[in-house]
Order: sequence, then C-alpha cells, then structure tokens
Amino acid sequence: MSAKEEILSRITSALRDAPAPGPVPREYRMSSDMPEVELIELLVDRLEDYKAHVDVVDVPQLPATIAERLKDATSYVVPHGIDTTWLPADDARRRIDAPGAVLSVTELDGTDAVLTSSAVSIAESGTIVLDGSGDQGRRAISLVPDHHVCVVPVSSIVRLLPEAMARMDITCPLTWISGPSATSDIELERVEGVHGPRQLDVIIVKGL
Amino acid sequence: MSNVFMGMPTLPVFGDGNLHIEETFPTAAHRELGNTQMRANLRHATHTIRDKRLKVVAELPDWEELRDAGSATKNLVMANLPALLEEFEKNFTARGGIIHWARDAHEANSIVAGLIKEQNTTEVVKVKSMATQEIGLNEYLEEQGISAFETDLAELIVQLGHDKPSHILVPAIHKNRTEVRDIFLAEMPNVDPNLTDEPRLLAMAAREHLRRKFLSAKVAISGANFALADSGTLAVVESEGNGRMCLTLPETLITVMGIEKLLPGKEDLEVFMQLLPRSSTGERMNPYTSLWTGVTEGDGPQNVHLVLMDNGRTAALADKYGRTALNCIRCSACMNVCPVYERTGGHAYGSTYPGPIGAILTPLLTGITSEENSTLPYASSLCGACYDACPVKINIPEILVHLRGEDVDSKRGEKKLPSQMDLMMKGGSWAFSSGKHLGLLEKGLPLGKLAAGRDKKIKALPGIAAGWTQSRDIPAPPSQSFRDWWKKDHTPVAATNKQEK
Repeated sequence: MSAKEEILSRITSALRDAPAPGPVPREYRMSSDMPEVELIELLVDRLEDYKAHVDVVDVPQLPATIAERLKDATSYVVPHGIDTTWLPADDARRRIDAPGAVLSVTELDGTDAVLTSSAVSIAESGTIVLDGSGDQGRRAISLVPDHHVCVVPVSSIVRLLPEAMARMDITCPLTWISGPSATSDIELERVEGVHGPRQLDVIIVKGL
Repeated sequence: MSNVFMGMPTLPVFGDGNLHIEETFPTAAHRELGNTQMRANLRHATHTIRDKRLKVVAELPDWEELRDAGSATKNLVMANLPALLEEFEKNFTARGGIIHWARDAHEANSIVAGLIKEQNTTEVVKVKSMATQEIGLNEYLEEQGISAFETDLAELIVQLGHDKPSHILVPAIHKNRTEVRDIFLAEMPNVDPNLTDEPRLLAMAAREHLRRKFLSAKVAISGANFALADSGTLAVVESEGNGRMCLTLPETLITVMGIEKLLPGKEDLEVFMQLLPRSSTGERMNPYTSLWTGVTEGDGPQNVHLVLMDNGRTAALADKYGRTALNCIRCSACMNVCPVYERTGGHAYGSTYPGPIGAILTPLLTGITSEENSTLPYASSLCGACYDACPVKINIPEILVHLRGEDVDSKRGEKKLPSQMDLMMKGGSWAFSSGKHLGLLEKGLPLGKLAAGRDKKIKALPGIAAGWTQSRDIPAPPSQSFRDWWKKDHTPVAATNKQEK
C-alpha cells in the first residue's frame, strides 16, 4: 500500500464512529456600508499604529507625493505595469522589473526603494494586499529593497476581511502586508524592522 | 477512495519524533520552577500578551460568531478529511506543485532530505514550523550533512543558544533581552561587540546575520498554517519577513504540513485570518501573510513540494473524545493564559507542544502509554482559562479529564493488588453513599486533632496523600463536624412552627 493509501485508510478507520458534522454558522460580519471618509480614517489609524507613514492625496497630487517619498532613494525599482504618469520625470534612479527583463536578487539588494500599487486593502486590520499584477510586480521586488512606497486607490479599500476576500483571486501569489516588518520575539514587545522592508510609506489616493 | 468504511478497523498508528517526554511532568516542573529568572521572564511576557489579546479581541463585535464558525469549520474538515485531501492534491498538482505523503516522522524526514540532495546543496533556510520541529528535521538533516538555518528571530536565538523552544509562537520566551544579547555576542560571527540589549538593535543584528543566507539560498523549508482544498493554496503567517524571503527567493520550496491543516476554501480562510493573529500575537493582523498555489511562472520558487504528514494525527482522530484537539491552529493563546505554563515554562512539558494544548495533543499523538506522556494530562488545575481563550473552542479541560481516565484504565491491567488510590476511591465511595456511613467516619475527627498536636497543623500525611502536604500544612480538623453542629444548633422547622402556635 502506498503512503497515501495507507493514510487515507487510517483516516477512514478513525472516523468510523464520528458523528455527522453540523453546518458552519456564518453569523459574523460579511459586509459593511462605511462611508469613504470613515474607511480612509480607519485605514490611516491602523497603518499608523503599525508605524507606517501615510499620505492621503487627490489624483493630481500623486506624482509630487511619490517624488517626495522617493527623494532620499539613490535608486528605486518599479514593476513594468506601473502607471508611468505617477513617476518622477528623472530616469537615472529608476529600474524597471519586467517579465523577460527581471532584476537579479543582488540588483534588488542594491536598490534602495520600490514603488508598487496594490490590489485591495482592509481598513479594519490595516492590511494591504498585493496580488502580483503588472502594477505590483513579482513578490521579490516588494521584499528585498528596504523601503516600500505603496499606492492604495480609495476604490480598493473595504472595511472587512470577508469583503476583501471576495475581491481576491486566491490562486495568484498573494502577499498581505500590515505595516513594516516587525517582531515580537524578544519579551513579546513589538519592534518594527527586521527582514522585510523596514520602512513602509502608504499613499492613499482619492478619486482613483 | 470512498468515505464509507468497509474493512476491519485498523489499530491506531501513533506518531514519533520530539513528542516523547523522558521524565515525568512533576519531575521536570520541579526543576524548572527553580529557575527564578525564567519565571520572571515568563510572567512578564505572558501578561503582556494577555492584555494585548484582550484589547484586540474586544474590538470585534462578532468575535464569538467567528469562534463558532471556526470551530464548526474544523469539525467539518475532520469529518471530510479524505475527500478534502484528495481535492487539495488534485488542485495543487494541477498548478505544478508536487505532493508527497509521509506516514510518520522518519518518512517525512527522509523525503525532505532526498529533495534537498537532488538540488546538490548542503545548506537550507527555514521558516519557523511546528511540524518540522515535531519530527526533528534539523537534527536529521545534520546527520545527513545538511545545515538548516532557522530564520525566525526566536528560533535563531534558540538555535544559536543550543537551547530548546519553550513556546510554540515565541520559542525563546524564556529568555530576556540581556540573555539574548549574551547569546548573540557569544555565537554570532562578526557581531558588533558593543551590541546592547535594546530589542531593536538585536533585531538588526539578526538581519545582518541572515541577509546573505536569504539572498543565496537554493532551497527553503517551511510549514504551513492553512491549506485550501478547493484551490490548492497554501498560507504562511509571519511577522519578520523571513517567511517571505524563504517563500520567494530560493528556486526550491519544500513545505511540511500535518494532514489536519486543511480548510475547504477561501471563505473559511477569512474566518481563521481574523481569529489567528488576534489570538496569537494580539495584533489586528500579523505583518505578513503569504499565499501560493503551486508554481507561478516568473514569480517565486519554480520547484515546489509539499509533504503531507500523518505522524499520529490519525490516532488522535480515532479518539472520539480527543479528536477535536486536531482543530488547533497553533495560536498559543492557551499557554499564554495558563497558570501552570506561566510558572513551569514550556520545557517542563518535554514535547514540541507545551502548555494546555500540548498536555492533550502530545499523548493523543503518541498514545497515553508512551514513556512518561501519561503524566501530561495532570499538568492542569482544570481552571478552564484555556477553553475560554481558544479561538476554535477546543474543550481542553474535558479532554484532559478524558485522558486522565485513559491513563488510569491503561494501568489497571498491570497491577494485581489495588493501589492506594483505588482503596481511597473505594473508601470514598462507601463514605459518601449514605449519611450513616459519613456520620460514623466523622466520629474520628478528634483523632485528626490529636495528630495535629500543639500547633494545630498536620504537616505530613502518609502514602500518596503526602503529595498534598509536601508544600502546605492541613489545619487541624474541628472537634465536631458541620452536620453535628447543625443538628445541635438548629431546631427542626416543623418543631418551630408548633411552638409558635
């Protein structure tokens, strides 16, 4: 008998006296109708609690805000699908990661910052979801550089995790980000900044 | 394969690995309690996390509804496990992942070692994983000439300190910041000799130490928090980014997971991703969660494996009172609220799984008669704090009592003569079976007073009752029983009524 067959047969034998399971009660909150202003306020509060820096801007201010956040970076990487109208006019500091023209891990390690967009955000827990789309890029680019600047369109913010889950394609490589990397391993005290980006700047864009 | 059981019931096959405790819980606890520094560290840490957890749980108006959904989902998963495993395998495989099945710890270890050797490397990076801790994977790989580098900060502290984990979420919870600094100074190559004990600087030192390893590793090993059957998706929940590094950068990813980790689909994940972070680190959400479904071209590891492991889980599943212990999502809320764990620490439990959940899960995985594991279900005052804190409502006290019964039953056959406990229980049963019997015994109370002597304390009881007087005295019994006093002091109600008339 193969290991698979044997394990499945053990399970079936173990369950022979098991009662039929009851239905799963889903009485928890699955939807909300929080106004946009409050959604933004809640998300900002949660992100700041995680020690992320947050700007809330209108579309016309976005390029200037991005330029400001990237001003100290000697180099930054963007995914190939990023909206180029957002980007600072200068070209010298910019590296583009694209299928067929990917940056090596060493190149990414030598890059100061990364700019991405995002797929969906959960206000209640301060969570931003990246799904690997063209404007977010493959996972390595938002991981290796030490400074992540992340654009969150207001239309992608929901209040609850179940609302966000309905918008996610679960088979994409997903990364849920709630603040900069952190650890609570020493005396259970939270300290920000370990292996992932130590600085997270979030730009929430109204009208996008 | 059908879900209807056809053949003879097979005997449970128990698990192996770091699950067999070598000394009894009381012996180990007695030794650990002597470590006052550890007790102070644990008290500080468990109280910090308790307060954080209560605060973030109170924020959710539907916390109890989420617990109900989580508990029912896990029961559903266990009841449909064969079908869900088949469904998961089909979907994970369709997306380019490769599944391996392992009956026990040894089989899982040898599969992983074989996969690493195929990549011609002798170094792997690891994300914190209870399953690989359980099977002793690091030790096995070392024997095979493969170095496994733990990348979670607490696991790194434990590994560098040649220590053992004492908590499932924060394995170095028994060490304070100064002790961590001392370990880093002694064991970390190229560490700044002026390193202070500030947690932020200690985290930075770990970052420096591991950075090269992450960027050059060819193979990573992980566990998984959840697996979604209807899509073939795996999830790892973490904080530091070491998980993302391991799950993203190496070409080969090998995940080891117990068969009980499945969930039917993403509408279940939404429940557990609300329950888990708030219960474990007391955060609204952990900093990073990674989800992957087989292989994604051009993004992350292209050689993706999953080892699905039994190692005693089917034996636990066969225990009709104990099977809900498999519903555990390893949040550690039960140990953080446990008065016993807070004092003895995790090492006293001698298994990969300490605390209240460990006291039931360990003997369920190995069988109650394995080595000294039968002493674990007694490591509790049955106060029930663990049950209240459990996000999936595992009734730990009830299972503890059930396993104590299993222990007593398992020893019954061994002895020809009744034990002291048997005799005491027999005596108790006789005494409480009628008021007359009890009255007769109560006549002996003055004898107890005599035994207590001048200072009115009984300091040592004989036989197994000596355990009670080992750390406390019994005050001398009163000269008359409550029932005697009541009889003398109260006129029967009927009689009073007559007098009034």
